Amino acid sequence: METKDYIDSGILELFVAGQLTDNKNKEVQEMMLKHPEVLREVLEIETAVIKLSSAMAPRDNKHLLKLIKDKLKLNGQDVKVISINKPKYNWLTYTGWAAALIVGAGMLWTLNQNQQLEVKVSDAEIEKAYLEIQIEEAKTDLAVKDNLLNVLRDRNIISVPLGGQGDFADSYAKVYWNKADNSIYLDAQGLPDAPEGKVWQVWSLTLNPLTPKSLGTIDNFNSDDNKIFNIVNANESQAFGITLEPVGGSETPTMEQLYTLGVVSQP
Amino acid sequence: MQLDTLISQFQKKDEKAFEELYNMYSDSMHGVIYNIVRDHEIAEEVMQDVFIKAWHKSDSYNSSKGRFFTWILNIARNAAIDKTRSKAFKNSGKNLNTEFFVDILETADNLNDKVDAIGIGRYVKALGEKCKKIIEYLYFKGYTQKETSEELDIPIGTIKTRNRNCIKDLRTMVLE
Repeated sequence: METKDYIDSGILELFVAGQLTDNKNKEVQEMMLKHPEVLREVLEIETAVIKLSSAMAPRDNKHLLKLIKDKLKLNGQDVKVISINKPKYNWLTYTGWAAALIVGAGMLWTLNQNQQLEVKVSDAEIEKAYLEIQIEEAKTDLAVKDNLLNVLRDRNIISVPLGGQGDFADSYAKVYWNKADNSIYLDAQGLPDAPEGKVWQVWSLTLNPLTPKSLGTIDNFNSDDNKIFNIVNANESQAFGITLEPVGGSETPTMEQLYTLGVVSQP
Repeated sequence: MQLDTLISQFQKKDEKAFEELYNMYSDSMHGVIYNIVRDHEIAEEVMQDVFIKAWHKSDSYNSSKGRFFTWILNIARNAAIDKTRSKAFKNSGKNLNTEFFVDILETADNLNDKVDAIGIGRYVKALGEKCKKIIEYLYFKGYTQKETSEELDIPIGTIKTRNRNCIKDLRTMVLE
């Protein structure tokens, strides 16, 4: 193809406009290198377009070069491309997270403290309830003892000491007999616990002739704390004795097992 | 300095070469961008984006693929068109469909003293309507020949020669 025809085809104008394929671009490039008139033509087309578009620039843009160079960090210094949005996390972010952590830790601590206090309160309540029971028991105990003391101080009370008999000389007991209300208080602290299968049985005796009358067995002897037992006694007793009998008691006292015996001293 | 040498230095991240290329093409790119976005502030924003992108992508330019001017023109057109497609831009309610570069040349607030914009404007007015539009589409909007032919309702086969004649007219006007 003649150079003139090539130029007249309009391909160079499209080349400058960027409308050609890669192959066509390469072809034009080669033509430009081979034929100076093609190069001159391209330069003229380009210059015309640049002049026209430059006339369309709305205002001066010198100041933009400085802004661009600032953004590219090109101010006579080493060329380094640094991300513009580098300070991704500022002090506020760190402070915020730190504050959040502190508040979080504080809340955990408070929660833990609260739980500990709740456990303590719970413990204290249990202890309080326990103490209340103890106080109640002590009160009851005191009432019982007050009652007992009143009984023993009653002027109508007859005190009968029971001494140890035979092999059981170490044993002792005491009977407090209130004839007015037909009851006795047996203080049996000086007796041992009844062995398995045996119970203590209390007897009222008249002496001439010797006639025993059972006042009953003390079935709860071993478990009783103060070993003082209130027993009904409507008899004209002259003496009191205590024997160890098989569980359920006996009709008549087993004399070999007579632990203590005491005679009522007549006023 | 030869343009080829300048470009290869620019590709080696030479600051002076970059400045020189900026001075050679900044007005032209500014005009192309402004023609598309029609807003002073936005145009300056896009200008910065374009030259920053050119700096970072300088490796992608190869003389066998075309003119350096064409390369940077392509970047500028695309950046400006992208901008007009952004949500913020659409919300600004600009209507760009009916505006042509000729309008810019005719406005009096052109303070560019490097080119005789008013003089050029006077000449360009003399261009035929079809010529103004062909130049607008092919050079300043980046339309393909097919798109241009559809837009102007002229056969695609005649675009090349029509454009050749229009540029010839332009050259006699601005290069005298």
